[in-house]
Amino acid sequence: MFGLTALQLARIQFGFTIAFHIIFPAITIGLASYLTVLEALWLWKKDPVYRDLHHFWAKIFAVNFAMGVVSGIVMAYQFGTNWSYFSNFAGSVTGPLFAYEVLSAFFLEAGFLGVMLFGWSKVGPGLHFFATLMVAIGTLVSTGWILASNSWMQTPQGYAIIGGRVVPVDWLKVIFSPSFPYRLAHMTIAAYLATALFVGASGAWHLLKRRDTPAVRTMFSMAMWMMLVVAPVQIAVGDAHGENTLKYQPAKIAAIEGHWENHPGQSVPLILFGWPDMKDARTLDQIDVPHLGSLILTHSWNGGFPGLDDFPPQDRPDATVVFWTFRLMVGLGLLMALLGIGGAILRARGELYRTSLFLRFALAMGPAGIVAILAGWVTTEMGRQPWVVYGVMRTADAVSNHSVAELGFSLVLFVLLYFAVFGTGVGYMLKLVAKGPDAQGPEPEPGIAQRPARPLSAAPDAEPLLPAHGEG
Amino acid sequence: MGVDLPMLWAIIIGFGLMMYVVMDGFDLGIGLLFPFIRDRADRDTMVNTVAPVWDGNETWLVLGAAGLMTAFPLAYSVLLSALYLPLVLMLAGLICRGVSFEFRFKADEAHRRLWDIAFAGGSYVAAFTQGVALGAYINGFHVSGPSYQGGAFDWLTPFSLFTGCGLLVAYALLGATWLIMKTEGALQARMIALARPVTIALLVVIGIVSLWTPAVHPQVATRWFNLPNIIFFSPVPVLTLATAFGILAALKREPHVVPFGLALFLLFLGYSGLLISLFPNIIPPSVSLWDAAAPPQSMGFALVGALFIIPIILTYTGWSYYVFRGKVKLGEGYH
Ligand code: HDD
Ligand code: HEM
Ligand code: HEM
Repeated sequence: MFGLTALQLARIQFGFTIAFHIIFPAITIGLASYLTVLEALWLWKKDPVYRDLHHFWAKIFAVNFAMGVVSGIVMAYQFGTNWSYFSNFAGSVTGPLFAYEVLSAFFLEAGFLGVMLFGWSKVGPGLHFFATLMVAIGTLVSTGWILASNSWMQTPQGYAIIGGRVVPVDWLKVIFSPSFPYRLAHMTIAAYLATALFVGASGAWHLLKRRDTPAVRTMFSMAMWMMLVVAPVQIAVGDAHGENTLKYQPAKIAAIEGHWENHPGQSVPLILFGWPDMKDARTLDQIDVPHLGSLILTHSWNGGFPGLDDFPPQDRPDATVVFWTFRLMVGLGLLMALLGIGGAILRARGELYRTSLFLRFALAMGPAGIVAILAGWVTTEMGRQPWVVYGVMRTADAVSNHSVAELGFSLVLFVLLYFAVFGTGVGYMLKLVAKGPDAQGPEPEPGIAQRPARPLSAAPDAEPLLPAHGEG
Repeated sequence: MGVDLPMLWAIIIGFGLMMYVVMDGFDLGIGLLFPFIRDRADRDTMVNTVAPVWDGNETWLVLGAAGLMTAFPLAYSVLLSALYLPLVLMLAGLICRGVSFEFRFKADEAHRRLWDIAFAGGSYVAAFTQGVALGAYINGFHVSGPSYQGGAFDWLTPFSLFTGCGLLVAYALLGATWLIMKTEGALQARMIALARPVTIALLVVIGIVSLWTPAVHPQVATRWFNLPNIIFFSPVPVLTLATAFGILAALKREPHVVPFGLALFLLFLGYSGLLISLFPNIIPPSVSLWDAAAPPQSMGFALVGALFIIPIILTYTGWSYYVFRGKVKLGEGYH
C-alpha cells in the first residue's frame, strides 16, 4: 500500500491506535480523580454546586470511558496480532505486568463503574463515594502497570536471555526500571493537566457566553488552581526525566537536541529551532543559545554529552521528528505555566472571571494537554527507535509475518472506524460540555429512590421516550 | 516445587474464558436480539439490563489475552497472528457496540437508528467472528518454531463458518433467557416466544458440531470413541438433551431464572466437551501447554496475584450485580 512495507504499516497502525487510545485514558484518569474530589467536597460541605458539577462531569466521563475501554481492548490484542515475535520474546515480562493491570486495575474500574454512574439512587452516599474512589484508584493503578511495562521496554533490567527469549530474574528490578518513576510521575501529571485544561476551557467557554453561574465559576477556578500548582511541577519533573534519559538513552537526547558532534570540554548550545537533517548529519538553520544545552542537561557551563555522530547510522532515531515533537511539548508546557500564573494574578485582582482575553487564552489551551501528551509519547517512542526493547530487540525483528494486504486492510478499517466512531464520541462530549452544569433538572439525592430515571445511560441527552404502548 | 504451573494457568485461563462466554455471551446476545424487537422503549429496556455491567463482562476477554501472554506467550503470538483477520473484525465489532451503550442515548433522533444498527451489527460481527475463531482453533494451526506459518485465510473453512453461526445461536439463547429473567410484560413474552426456537436451533447446532468435529479430526475421534472414555462421555449427550428439554419445559410455566440457569449449564457442557477434546494442547493440533509455557518466573509471579485477586474481583462483581438486581421496567430505567 503506497509503497509501504509490512513493518511500516504495522508501526503506523500501532502508533495510530495507541495515539487515539491515550487521549481517552488521559481524560479518564484526570476526571476520575476530579469526580472523587467533587464528591468528597459535596459530602463534606453539602454545597449543591459540587453535586451538580459531579453529575455534569460524570456524564462526560461516561462517554469518554466507553471510548477508552474499546480502544484499549484493541491495544491488548495488537501485541499478539501485530508484534508476535516481540510477544513471544518478551511476553514473559510484559505479560505478567499486563495481567496485574487487568486484575488489579481494569476489573476494579469496571466493577465499580456501574455503581458510580448508575447507582446514585441505589446505594447510600458513603458507598457511592467509595465506588467513585475505587474507579479513580483503578485508573491510577492502571497507569502504574502499563508504564512499568513501557519503561521496561525503554530501560530494560532485571532479566536474562535464555534460549532465545527474555526470562525475568528480578521482578522488583523489572518493575522499577530506571525510567519508571520519572515516566509515572510525568504521565500522571500530564493526565491531570490535560483534564484541568479541558475543564478550564469548558468553564472559560461558558463565562465567555455570559453564563456566569457559581458552578461555572467553581470549575474554572479549580482548573486554574491546578494549572498554577501543577504546571511548574511538570516542568521540573520533565527536566529530571530528561537527565534520566541522557543517562540511559543518550542517542534519544542527542536526537531531541539536534546535537550531532560532541567535542569534550566544549559547551553545547541549546538549539531553539532548526532542522535536523538525517542525510547530511547536521542541523540546518539553527538558532541557539550558547551554553544552555550544557546547563540544562549536565548542570555545568561546559559539560558535554554524546552527539548523534557517536552512534552508527543504523542505531540513530529520526531526529527531525523528535526534535520538533519535543519542542511542541515543552512549548505547550511553558504556556500552561503561563496560564496558571496569569490566572493567579487576575484572581488576586478579582478579575479572573471577566477578563475576556484571558478567558480566550484558557479556551484556546483546551486541547493543549492532549497535544502535549501525544507529542511527548511520539518523542519517547520514536526516540527509542530502532529498538522495541532498548538495546535488546530491534523493532524490525518484532513484527508478525503478515502481508501488506492484510495490514493495509486492517489499517484502513481502523482509521475509518476510529475517525467515525471516536470523532462522533468527542462531538457528543463537546455537546454535553456546551449544555453546561446548570442545564439539568433536580437530581436525586443519594440513597433516596426517586422518580423513574430516564433511559439508563450515564449521559442521557435526547428527550426521554414514552413507552410506545401502555404499561406492559 | 511440585506445582504444575502451566496446568494451573490453563485452568485460570479456561475459567476466565468461560466467564467471558457466559457474561459477554448474554450481553452480546441482547445485541443479537435487537432486530427482533422494533419498539424503542423495549430496546432501551434491553440495553438497560446490562448497561451497568457490560464493561466488567468484557474485561474477562482482556484477562484472557493477558493470561495467555503471561503463561503461554508462544500461544498468544501464534494464535493471535493466525487469527488476524477475524480478530480485527471482532475488535471492530466490539468498538461499534461498546460505544453504542452511551451513544444510543446521546444521539439526536436522526442518528439514534444508526447507533442501534451499530449496536446490533457490532454484536453480530463480534459473536460471529468469535465463533469462527473457535472453529479455526479446533481445526488447528500450522506452526513451526516460534511462529505461525500458515496463510492469511487458513481460518476460513466451512466448519469455522458453521461454528460462527453456532455461537450466534448460543449467545442469542443466553440473551433471551437473561431478558426473561430481567424484564416483564410484553417484552418478556416476546423473549419467551423467541427462546423456544432458539433452544431447538442450539440443540441442532450442538448435534452437528459433535458429529462434524470427530469426523474431520481423527485425534478427537480417538479420544471420544475409545473405551473407557466413551463410557465417561456418554452422560454428556444425555445431559445436554435433558437440559434443553428443561429449558423448553420451563418456558411454558411463567419462567423467571430457570431458563437462564439452564442455558448457562448447557453452555458449560459444550465448553467442557471442547476442553476435553483438545486437552492438553494449547495450539492444536500439536503444541501442548508445557511446550508453550512461559518461564516459571513469569507464571509464578503472576499466579500469586491471580489467586489472590480473582476471588476479590468475583466478590465485588457479585456485589455490583446485587445492586442492580431485579426486573427492569418497561419505559423507565432503574427505580
Ligand atoms: C497512562 C495510562 C495508560 C496507557 C499508557 C495505556 N492505557 Fe489502556 N487504559 C488506561 C490507561 C492507560 C485506563 C485509564 O485505565 C483506561 C480505562 C478506561 C479508559 O478510558 O482508560 C484504559 C483502558 C484500557 C483497556 C480496557 C480496560 C477495560 O476493559 O476496562 C485495555 C485492554 C487497555 N487499556 C490496554 C492498554 C494497552 C495494551 C496499552 C499499551 C500499549 C495501554 N492500554 C496504554
Ligand atoms: C499511550 C501512549 C503512547 C503513545 C502515544 C505511543 C506512541 C507510539 C508511537 C507513535 C510508536 C511508533 C514509533 C515508530 O513507528 O517509530 C510506538 C511504538 C511502540 N510502542 Fe508506544 N506509545 C504509547 C505507549 C506505549 C506503551 C504504554 C507501550 C507498552 C506497554 C508501548 C509500546 C510500543 C511498542 C511495542 C511499539 C513498537 C512498535 C514500533 O516501534 O513501531 N507504547 N508507540
Ligand atoms: C515543559 C517542560 C517539559 C519537559 C522538560 C519535558 C521533558 C520530557 C522528556 C525529556 C521526555 C522524554 C523522556 C524519554 O523518552 O525518556 C518527555 C516525555 C513525555 N512528556 Fe514531557 N516534558 C515537559 C512538559 C510536558 C507536558 C506539559 C506534558 C503534557 C501535559 C508532557 C507529556 C509528556 C508525555 C506524555 C511523555 C511521554 C511519556 C514519558 O516518557 O514520560 N510533557 N517529557
